Amino acid sequence: MSLDYTSAEMMTVTAARALENGMTCFVGIGLPSEAANLARLTHAPEVVLIYESGTLQTKPDVLPLSIGDGELAESALTTVSVPEMFRYWLQGGKISVGFLGTAQIDRYANLNTTLIGDYHDPKVRLPGGGGAPEIATNAGEVFITLKHSKRAFVKDVDFVTTLGFGRDGKGRDGVPHIGRGPTRVITDLCVMKPDAETKELVVVSLHPGVTREDVCDATGWEIRFAESLESTPEPSARELEILRELKDRTARAHAGQ
Amino acid sequence: MAEFLSLHDAVARYVEDGATVAMEGFTHLIPFAAGHEVIRQGKRDLTLIRMTPDLVYDQLIGAGCAKTVIFSWGGNPGVGSLHRLRDAVEKGWPHKVEILEHSHAAMACAFEAGAAGLPLAVLRGYVGSELPNVNDQIKFIECPFTGERLAAVPAVRPDVSIVHAQKADRAGNVLVEGIVGVQKEAVLAAKQSIVTVEEIVDDLTTLPDYHPNACIIPGWAIDAIAVAEKGSLPSYAHGHYPRDNAFYKDWDGIARDREAFTQWLDDNVMNAGENA
Repeated sequence: MSLDYTSAEMMTVTAARALENGMTCFVGIGLPSEAANLARLTHAPEVVLIYESGTLQTKPDVLPLSIGDGELAESALTTVSVPEMFRYWLQGGKISVGFLGTAQIDRYANLNTTLIGDYHDPKVRLPGGGGAPEIATNAGEVFITLKHSKRAFVKDVDFVTTLGFGRDGKGRDGVPHIGRGPTRVITDLCVMKPDAETKELVVVSLHPGVTREDVCDATGWEIRFAESLESTPEPSARELEILRELKDRTARAHAGQ
Repeated sequence: MAEFLSLHDAVARYVEDGATVAMEGFTHLIPFAAGHEVIRQGKRDLTLIRMTPDLVYDQLIGAGCAKTVIFSWGGNPGVGSLHRLRDAVEKGWPHKVEILEHSHAAMACAFEAGAAGLPLAVLRGYVGSELPNVNDQIKFIECPFTGERLAAVPAVRPDVSIVHAQKADRAGNVLVEGIVGVQKEAVLAAKQSIVTVEEIVDDLTTLPDYHPNACIIPGWAIDAIAVAEKGSLPSYAHGHYPRDNAFYKDWDGIARDREAFTQWLDDNVMNAGENA
């Protein structure tokens, strides 16, 4: 029997399923945080979630609006300073997965959260790098989740804030102590992984009801599809129920303040 | 040795036009009351350092206090853009502001290096990022022992740092609880420091929930302490009051429009008394 769910829910559930017990995840705010907490509340109760505000092993009951909401500190095993967070825990190699969102992503999974247009004469100024530049290189691997659109998925990003595989796909070659980089990109249409050789993103799985044409129409370059293209499993009733409860709790909590 | 001053007097004494100022608090304990006092006193040409400029720097930039902003993430958390920052950078209103942007890791290390009295911070950072192309404060050096290429940024050494905390005691010792960010580093890195607090207690060490590992900044490492009750609203103070998330959302509408912003500033900062 098929359940009713939105493409946004499909994206969050698929992103959540990428996380497993035993992983230590440095969580970005927004979609990554939603997915990471869904994972913790469903199949991966032992996943360790860490936010850049210094909150280690945190278990928020509602999703934080900011990266440093009180909820994160109150439900954390311990809270450390921000320098300790980045130096010991991230740079020190204790993080297995960085989970990031972005404004723009290109075919080599480079991320742009800095600006649209020219740096010295921007069309749109975006917030900037935040933790991402070092999360993407110092975590063991990187998962990326964002909504699929031609505006977001561009052939070349306007600015490389955060390294995927560089402008030529070789940006990590020969760099000592660097993580594997983006290993999967999860959108509301599909899942992509970098090609083993060229590092260009390839669609490996289409979400139910999504066609190749849908993905092509929402991607700013000639996107390739894996030879053995899979169909992403649908969300379960339990995942949808827990996700909706989490979002309702969050909406109530933020409206009440 | 910390001196107890009114917020007005602390800002008047320690924040000079043209100064380099760090107001820290990583999404928590953001010193809004102090920021508003800086705006009221009409300080100009400030170099403002802060990892996450947040609403407090959006207000200072919109009020015309900033010459340069050094930051690592300039958004309204969970909401969107800082429209006053964008208006200054994109359109030069109320005047053009220079920006120097970093990553969080680099700024956190730069504060720590400042506190440690070093001229620079070294990190395994900025690999493959184009930020070093647009910020000449980011360089690369070779490790003299391993040959590894590492990023280097200058230490943050503000003329004055301003942070907010929950409590100070009569000796001027300050207790910071919850997310501690880079507040301690900011105070220790600065030539002079102002700490605003929610309340003054007799002696921190005799409080029933005092812990020997609590984050304490000794009074002799601080220059001025000023009481500013609810001094970090709309951000929050762990154990005192929650974050006003609704205001963070409302700010988007206020800050988008120059006139709405100016009106808000007049009503809530300029003409709202010394404690606003």
